[in-house]
Amino acid sequence: MKNEQIDGAQALIKTLDELGIEIIFGYSGGAALPIFDALETVDSNIKFVLSRHEQGACHMADGYGRATGKPAVVLVTSGPGAGNTVTGLMTAQMDSVPMILISGQQVTWMLGKDAFQEADIFGITLPVVKHNYLVRETNHIPRITREAYHIATSGRPGPVLIDIPKDLSQGPFTGDLNHKDELDLPGYKPEAAFNIDESVIDQALELISNAKKPLILAGQGAMIARAHQEMLDFATTLDCPLTSTLLGKGIIPETHPLALGMLGMHGTAYANKAICECDLLINIGSRFDDRIIGQADKFCADAKIIHVDIDPSEMNKMISPDVEIVGDAKAVLDLLNAKISEQKHPEWNAHLDGYKRKYPLSYKKQGGLRMQQVIDEFCIQTNGEAIVATDVGQHQMWAAQFYKNAQTHSWLSSGGAGTMGFGFPAAIGAAFACPDRTVISFSGDGGFQMTLCELATAAIHKLPIKIVVLNNHYLGMVRQWQELFFDDRKSGVDLEGNPDFVKLAASYGIKGINIKRPADVSRMVKQALEYNDGPVLIHAECIKMDNVFPMIPAGAALEAMLIEPPKHKMEKPTGST
Amino acid sequence: MSKIITTDTPIDPQCPDSMLHTLSVYVNNKAGVLMRITQVFARRGFNIDSLVVSTSRDARYSRMTIGITGSSNGREQIIKQVTKLVDVIHCQEHTTENAIVKEMLLVKFLVDAKNRTEALQILEHFGGKSVDLTPVAMTAIITGDPAKIDAAINMLSHFNIVETVRTGKVVIARGDSPT
Repeated sequence: MKNEQIDGAQALIKTLDELGIEIIFGYSGGAALPIFDALETVDSNIKFVLSRHEQGACHMADGYGRATGKPAVVLVTSGPGAGNTVTGLMTAQMDSVPMILISGQQVTWMLGKDAFQEADIFGITLPVVKHNYLVRETNHIPRITREAYHIATSGRPGPVLIDIPKDLSQGPFTGDLNHKDELDLPGYKPEAAFNIDESVIDQALELISNAKKPLILAGQGAMIARAHQEMLDFATTLDCPLTSTLLGKGIIPETHPLALGMLGMHGTAYANKAICECDLLINIGSRFDDRIIGQADKFCADAKIIHVDIDPSEMNKMISPDVEIVGDAKAVLDLLNAKISEQKHPEWNAHLDGYKRKYPLSYKKQGGLRMQQVIDEFCIQTNGEAIVATDVGQHQMWAAQFYKNAQTHSWLSSGGAGTMGFGFPAAIGAAFACPDRTVISFSGDGGFQMTLCELATAAIHKLPIKIVVLNNHYLGMVRQWQELFFDDRKSGVDLEGNPDFVKLAASYGIKGINIKRPADVSRMVKQALEYNDGPVLIHAECIKMDNVFPMIPAGAALEAMLIEPPKHKMEKPTGST
Repeated sequence: MSKIITTDTPIDPQCPDSMLHTLSVYVNNKAGVLMRITQVFARRGFNIDSLVVSTSRDARYSRMTIGITGSSNGREQIIKQVTKLVDVIHCQEHTTENAIVKEMLLVKFLVDAKNRTEALQILEHFGGKSVDLTPVAMTAIITGDPAKIDAAINMLSHFNIVETVRTGKVVIARGDSPT
């Protein structure tokens, strides 16, 4: 059967529809005109959401991807439109989030000639994507789109960019959409992740059977593989405590008796002490980020280490393990679970429970409102069941500590990139993905102002997001470092001139709630959670000079953890941030 | 894609651990692949000393032979990072034990009738030959392993060398194993 005459842009939208893409976040512009027109002319199931900035569109797709495991598409124009996506792509790449970004481009014959809104986005984005394409023929569009989907979602996921010159998107498509060209990816073999070396599994089992004080470290790789049930089975069969990275939060319910919460720079004291004292660390899907290992040569120096990762290049990158298992986290756990026998570690777990009692996470409810109390109250009133998006900084670490995730795929936070401005648009993406769930966005006053233009996006779609702005009038984490390591000289951290956030919300037609006193928190949070007629902005006026503890100075060993504010002057840390 | 680039960068004196490594990378023959690969090396602080790229026998693919300088302990990691690229089919390190390593030199030097015979004797010793001759200058071609090329340049240096152009190393695995 012959196709009706369509253009490249229509072939693109038809292919995306066929791939099951549900939503496109984007921002229009000249070079993308044919593609935006195809959204109108092609009958598809794809919903288009207009953001107010391209970076916001990227973070929305990112939030959608983290919450569902499925890629959303970002559609932008050439030059500055594409350039504005770089931070969003980097954020997705650092945290292995699937995403497809389509950028319009100048016409083919103007490339490299400094034409209007021409930018070499292929070259610009090379280091921040899993893969990218500059389309050279209209008829290649369906194959490249299917390749991009395959690359974005398989193996270690990540963002893929497709740059489409305007003459090709509006040029005639003369191929046959019913006849699928084979993917042309001879160097890409994600199926290797399921072909796991059984001999290393046996080596791991031997270490596991000999361990007296085992500890599981669960990361984003386990989350991506949807290995939550397998992880819970593994931990409970071995009676093995589990700590998670920032991105692994919720892989098992954080209120589970075996859960130790997050480890690392601002992790719980008991998780970090468990790392220092365990005799076997079973890392499933964490890349041993510098924020969790501190000083590499002292990390788990006396323990055996098993490292499970889907990406062979993560092996020996930061830490040399005793057993390397390259593979999909779920497939590896299936193999391990089939062979492990039940263990009991009452002394080890009782010992860690002692640390939980001795060094609990805590905060004061006197002397002004603290961010921790607001976060804690949201956790209590939602039973930890909400999808929580955070921005970056002090509030992010407190949210990691005090919002105890009961669910998997419900913690959206920029871990690797540490992108301010991420949280609120990511919450918008998640609200589109999961309309039946409560979505909370925690931001500081700094990060929120980076992408607050998306209030319009949330308002017009009546997304019932709880937009929590935790305002201390500072870039709090940087101020904390200046206090501890730079003799409290405040440089570039005072956010004077903040707007009245509740009035700002009102100007977008969004309901606002002010919280000023600790005594009001419970009532105001209840009111916010009960309002579902669109977004609600909860502005919490918090004390200015609070610091996040526990804290391990960057580059220091985990043994150097500060559980409370230091009494003496601190050396400048050796690590970067 | 068919490029031949070479530089004569010495081993980095700032990095005592640095070593020369020769990698053979088999890649998709597409625009931009070279950029992806060089970026991986640059980010990890590996200097590219020589680089030879040409279309392979199967025109869908290209062969890159890359001479790099950098710390030995980063080498295994960088091979994995290069292999991870979607456009890379495989990446292998080669040594003189498991591979033939050759490069080609074009050298132009000033020589007149008086000492032309001596120049030709030196070329004969190194298996080279004259490819361009004028009353005042000669251009010669010599192939061999990099040490032999260095020795030939050394022997010819008492003539007045105008310039040298080296291709950089190309490598093929010994015996019947693929490169």
